[in-house]
Amino acid sequence: MLESLGMASVDELFADIPPALRSSPLKLDPPEPEQVLMGRLAGLAARNRVDLASFLGAGAYRHFSPPLVDQILLRGEWYTAYTPYQPEVSQGTLQSIYEYESLIAELTGMDVVSASHYDGAAATAEAALMTCRATGRDRVLVSRSVHPHYRAVLETYFDGAGLDLEQIPIVADGPEAGLTDLAELERRLADASQPVAGLVMPQPSFYGLLEPMAEGGRLAHAGGALFVAVVEPVSLAVLAPPGAYGADIAAGEGQSLGIPPQYGGPYLGIVACTDALVRQIPGRLVGMTTDVEGRRAYVMTLQAREQHIRREKAASNICTNQTLLALAASLWLAAMGPHGLRDVAALGAARAKELEDALAAIGVTRVHSGAYLNEFAVRVPNAAAVHRELLGRGVLAGLVVADAVPDEPSLADTLLLCATEVNTSEEVVAFAREIAGVIATLATPEATAA
Amino acid sequence: MSASGPRLQPTIFELSKPGRHSDKVPHPPKDALNRLPAEHRREHAAALPEVNEPDAVRHYVNLSQLNHAVDTGFYPLGSCTMKWNPKVNEWAARLPGFAQLHPMAPDAVAQGTLQLLWELEQILIEISGMQAVTLQPAAGAHGELTGILMIREYHRSRGEDRTDVLVPDSAHGTNPATATMAGLKTITIKAATDGGLDVEGFRAALGPKTAAVMITNPSTLGLFESRIGELLEAVHEVGALAYMDGANLNAILGRFKPGEAGFDVMHINTHKTFSTPHGGGGPGAGPVAVNAKLEPFLPSPRVLREPDATFRLERVGERPASIGRIRSFVGSTGVLVRAYAYLRTHGGSGLAEITDDAVLAANYLKDRLADSGLFDIPFPGVCKHEFIASASTIKKTTGVRTLDIAKRLLDHGFHAPTVYFPLTVDEAMLIEPTETESIETLDAFADALVEIAREATSDPETVKTAPHSAPVKRLDEAGAARNPNLRWRAEAGEWTPCPD
Repeated sequence: MLESLGMASVDELFADIPPALRSSPLKLDPPEPEQVLMGRLAGLAARNRVDLASFLGAGAYRHFSPPLVDQILLRGEWYTAYTPYQPEVSQGTLQSIYEYESLIAELTGMDVVSASHYDGAAATAEAALMTCRATGRDRVLVSRSVHPHYRAVLETYFDGAGLDLEQIPIVADGPEAGLTDLAELERRLADASQPVAGLVMPQPSFYGLLEPMAEGGRLAHAGGALFVAVVEPVSLAVLAPPGAYGADIAAGEGQSLGIPPQYGGPYLGIVACTDALVRQIPGRLVGMTTDVEGRRAYVMTLQAREQHIRREKAASNICTNQTLLALAASLWLAAMGPHGLRDVAALGAARAKELEDALAAIGVTRVHSGAYLNEFAVRVPNAAAVHRELLGRGVLAGLVVADAVPDEPSLADTLLLCATEVNTSEEVVAFAREIAGVIATLATPEATAA
Repeated sequence: MSASGPRLQPTIFELSKPGRHSDKVPHPPKDALNRLPAEHRREHAAALPEVNEPDAVRHYVNLSQLNHAVDTGFYPLGSCTMKWNPKVNEWAARLPGFAQLHPMAPDAVAQGTLQLLWELEQILIEISGMQAVTLQPAAGAHGELTGILMIREYHRSRGEDRTDVLVPDSAHGTNPATATMAGLKTITIKAATDGGLDVEGFRAALGPKTAAVMITNPSTLGLFESRIGELLEAVHEVGALAYMDGANLNAILGRFKPGEAGFDVMHINTHKTFSTPHGGGGPGAGPVAVNAKLEPFLPSPRVLREPDATFRLERVGERPASIGRIRSFVGSTGVLVRAYAYLRTHGGSGLAEITDDAVLAANYLKDRLADSGLFDIPFPGVCKHEFIASASTIKKTTGVRTLDIAKRLLDHGFHAPTVYFPLTVDEAMLIEPTETESIETLDAFADALVEIAREATSDPETVKTAPHSAPVKRLDEAGAARNPNLRWRAEAGEWTPCPD
C-alpha cells in the first residue's frame, strides 16, 4: 500500500503534524498474546467475589436469565452493527427497537418509548429536563425516596442547565415513615411565585416502599406540573403501571430485565411518555412505515428533535444509546412471557416476606411499616460492622444505607435488603442464623472494646 | 428465515398464542401477592407476547439476518471507526467474576474489577497525555457533557462567568447540543478555505466570555489540524480551556497526545478506538481525560489506589470540588473490560501500528478513488484515518446523488459511508476503512464505487432506485414522520391467576 502511495515510510503520512506537537512514544506494556491475556483476565475476575449469598439490590437486581438470551446477544449481526443509518440493511435492529418500544409501552402503560438511554439515572434526568421544556418552567421537585445516585445525577444535570432542583423530604417516623412527605410536597407546589415544571417520584422507592403515586400525580397536576414516575420494570408485572396513575413520563432502569449486574453497566435507561409529549422526548425513536413497494418496514423517525439535525437546539445531546441492552431486555421478556414475568415478581415478593419473617423472629425488624414488594430496610445496631462481619461469613447483607445516603438521619444504622427469585429459602434461613450470631458477638463487651 | 423465500418477519406480538410459553422459573406460592394493597396492584396484565423458546429464538435469529454488521461485511462508516471486534473481548466481559459483580458490592469483594479500572485509567492517561481519567460517562456525548461541566466548574471556582463555547462548523452535532445542556452558548466558527481551523476566525471570537473551544482533531474532514498549536495558545491567552472531541483518536495513537499538545480535556469513545462493539447503536463508553487544572472537578466516585496496593471507590462527599455524579454506580464496566482487553492485546507498540495502518488504509483508498477521476476529492492532500469524497460532479452530470450511491453500495454487499456529514461539504461521503480490513477488501470497495459512478452515467435509474437486493427497498420516511407509528398495539391480555 505504501508503495502505491509513492512513499518510503509511513511517517510521511504524519508529516502534517507539526514537529513541536508530535507525541512522545507510548510507554505501555508490550502486546499480549490472546492466551496470556485470557490468563490475566481470568485472574482479575477471580479476585472479585461473586459466590456470596447476596441480598443486595439498591437499584441493580439479579434475576434468572435463560441461556437463550445471551446466545442470541452473541450473534455478530446484532452486536457488531451500529446505529441503523441505512435502514434497508438494518431492519433487524430497527424492528427489534420497535418491538422494545412496544414491550415497554405495554409494561408501563405509556404511549411512546424512546429507543434507550444510558441508565436509570440519566433517563430520570432526561425526563426531568423534558418537564422543563414542555412547561416552559424551570423548577423540578424530586422526592428523597428516589435512588441517591439518580438524585445526584439530577443535581449535576440541573446545575449544568441552570435549572432549579428541590428535594422533597421523606417522612421520618410514624405509619408513613420512609414515604414522600406529601404535606411538604403540597406546600412546595403551592408557591405560586415559583411554578413547578415536574415532580419526580419513585415506585417502588429506593427503600423498597410502595409510594402513593396516584396522590403524587394528582398534586403535581393540580399545580400545573408534569408527573414523572421512576419505575422498576419487573415490578410492573404486578404493580399498577405509570399509565394507570396518570404519569406523564415514566423513567427507570431496565437492568432488572435480565441484564447482568456487571458492576454498574452497561445498563438500560428507560424513558416513556404520553403522546402529548412525543416532540419533547429525547433520543432515538423508531417507527413502522412501508418501503416503496408497500412492504412493512421500520425506520428512525421524528429526528428533528435530535442533535445531528438540530445541533444546539436539540432535545438532548444523546447520540449513541444502549440498543443492545434494549434487545437484551426484549429477549428476556420474550423468553419469560407475561406469566413468567409475573412469577418472577411474585417469587421475589414471597422470598422477601420469608426474609422479613425470618429476621423478625431473631429480633431484626423493618424500619418502615408501609407496604413493599421485594426490598425493605431493617434496623441493625452497628450496621456497618455487622455488614462487614457477615461478608466474612459468605453473606452480602444488602446495603449499609448510610454509605449511600449519609444525609438521611432516620436511616442511620439500617441495612437495605432485597430478595429475588434467585435467592433460595435455604439462603434466607442461613442469613438469619448468621446475622443473629454476628449481632450477638458484636454486642458482647469484649467485641465492643476491640 | 430459510435460505430462500421471504425474509421479513412479523412482529413478536403477532407470533403470540394464548398460553404458549416455556417454563423458566418455578411457580410462586398462590398467596405471594396477597399482602400488596389493592391500590398498588396492576389490574390488567400487560399484553406481552406469549411465545415458546423455538418461536422466540427463530424470531430473533431471523431478524438478526436482516442486518449488515462488521461480522458480515465491510462497514466504512466515517467517524464511527467500525473496526473488528475481537471475540476474546466478549469472552472476557462474560467471565462470571466480572459479569455477576454487583455495583454496590463492598470494595473488599470487588478488587479484581477495581484494579482493572484503575489500570485502564493509567493506560488512557498515557495515551491521552493527560493527568487523570474518569471512566464514568456512558458514551461520547455523555463524556462531552462531563468535560464541559468540568470546564464550567473550573471557571466558576475562579469566580469567572464565562458563557461561550466556540465550535467549528464541521463539528459533530453533539458538540453544540452539549454546550446547551451545560447551560452555555454555542458560537459556530466557519472553517478556513483549506478545510482546517480558521485560527483568525477563532481569535476574533475569543474573549473574556469564552469558556471553551471544542475541537475534533483530526477534524471530521479527516484532516489533522496543523494550526492547532496556535489556536491552543490563543485559547489559553484569554483564560479559556480547550476540549478535544476524541472521536478520531484512532488516527493519532502514539503520534499525537492531546494533553502534551495543550488540550485541557478530551473524551475517548471506547466503541470507536478501542474496539468495544457498537451494539446496533450502543452501549458505548466515553471516558474523559483531563489535565491538572480540571482534575479536582472529575465526577465522583473515582477509583483510588491505596498505599497498600488495594483499591477502593471514593466515598459520598469525599471530594467536594467534584461536579458530582454523571451516572449511576461506577460506569459501563462491562464495556470497559472489553476496552482493557483490547489495550492489553495491542500494548504500546501495537497501538502505534493500529494508527499507522488505519491512516495508510484511508490514504490508499482515497488515492484509488482520486485516480479514478470519477469522484471529487475536495481535500487531496494526506488524510488521517478517514477522508471525504463527494459526488458533486456526478450529481451535476447525471443527477445521481450521494444518497443513491450509498444505497447502491448496499447491493454490492458493503455498508455505505457516512453521508451528508460534515454539513460543510456538498454531497459528502465520509469514508473510514479502519486498520482491520485487508487490501483485497479496500480494492473491492473502490472497484464497487467506480462501477457505481460509471453506472450513474450508463443506467442512472438503477442507481437512483437502489438498493435492489436488500430485504426492503427505499422507505417512506416522510410518511413515518407524518403519521408516527411508534409501537404495536396489542389487545390487552387477560389476567391469568398464578398457577400453583
